[in-house]
Amino acid sequence: MSAVLEMRQVSKTYGSGTAAVQALDAVDLAVRAGELVAVMGPSGSGKSTLLTIAGSLEEPSEGEVWIEGTALSELSRNKRARLRRRQIGYVFQDFNLLAGLTAVENITMPLELDGMKAKQARREGIRALEEVGLADRAGSFPDELSGGMRQRVAIARALVGDRRLLLADEPTGALDSDSGEGVMRLIRGACRNGAAAVLVTHDAQLAAWADRVVFVRDGRVIDAGPEPEGPESLLSSGRESGR
Amino acid sequence: MSVRHALLALLSEGPKYGLRLRQEFEERTGEVWPLNTGQVYTTVQRLERDGLVESDPDDTVEGPQKLFQITEAGAQELDVWLRTPPPADAPPRDELVIKVLVGLRLPGVDVRDVLQTHRRHTIAQMKQYTRLKEDAADDLSLLLVADAQLFRLESVVRWLDAAEGRLKHHAPVAPAAPADAAPSTRTRRLRGATR
Repeated sequence: MSAVLEMRQVSKTYGSGTAAVQALDAVDLAVRAGELVAVMGPSGSGKSTLLTIAGSLEEPSEGEVWIEGTALSELSRNKRARLRRRQIGYVFQDFNLLAGLTAVENITMPLELDGMKAKQARREGIRALEEVGLADRAGSFPDELSGGMRQRVAIARALVGDRRLLLADEPTGALDSDSGEGVMRLIRGACRNGAAAVLVTHDAQLAAWADRVVFVRDGRVIDAGPEPEGPESLLSSGRESGR
Repeated sequence: MSVRHALLALLSEGPKYGLRLRQEFEERTGEVWPLNTGQVYTTVQRLERDGLVESDPDDTVEGPQKLFQITEAGAQELDVWLRTPPPADAPPRDELVIKVLVGLRLPGVDVRDVLQTHRRHTIAQMKQYTRLKEDAADDLSLLLVADAQLFRLESVVRWLDAAEGRLKHHAPVAPAAPADAAPSTRTRRLRGATR
């Protein structure tokens, strides 16, 4: 299966000369439809830069990024913006919802910006809220929702309109463990429905939801697997070890 | 804790007498695990029986004065042990700590690589418990057991992360420390902390 996201030899340098800081160094990453990949690393390792470049919010200094087979460097600024609106959804730790808009308006705004009629956008928005179990809160403003609910609205916004690539930066960082688990179940569900997702985190419990974990350090991928094999069943393994 | 492998690590630096092995073991494991000479000697005898260390066949001296050296099989055993995750059914952290402390002093061992090996393995275990949780959303007992395991394993990863952070900010540790350094301050601090 071809990759929804592919990054090849991507480097990013901020500044120049002696003040140059290399945030990413020759990073390769491919994420297929249905796959959730976690990128783990300490603060300053380059994982958030990796995500912003994957999402076309920043341009790499070197290397290339493809979204569903389209090389971003070959697109004009406008076409890149359209690709971002239509194919990529973002989820951030601090939700990034607009306080003056209701839950459903937060979701429909990018659709309307992209030319969709208001009525159809609302239908899509309500459907997306149903997916995250919040259809009954469509008219609520962000400050009327709990942190967990706000993040679920952000996920609905990220996935509305059949976006194929979901990019999440510490999406449960501001939530308690129960709400955080709810958010991860939604992201996993989105992948089961065919989305590709990249999750950057320093939290091992979050990374454990991923199909694959890629480790970055000092801007480089230091370990991209393969996963060591574990016991067939944890419960049977526990019984055996207790013998 | 594997005294056996820690002694192999010490012998990987060159031949040593039994007495010196005891002193260096305590020194390098932060003096948290004191050993008596008998323990050291019994363990080295077993290592010799298993072909992992050897002594001069003409050397008739026994006990702490006997000189031992690691064999090729012993060096291989040490390398495998350093990278082998501890059993999943035992609290893994103490053994991990030992492995890292031992690895820190071994020439040619990239401790960050050792840390990463254990980090990846621990997260792979966490993934299995997360799948268990995912598939058992209505089974409260199973969810609680999975949560307990996940928090335990997460603490291991956090320690590995913290260890890597410390390595980054500390000067490399010299391969061989003098064995006769006074145990004193550190021992007192550790004992005070565990009281």
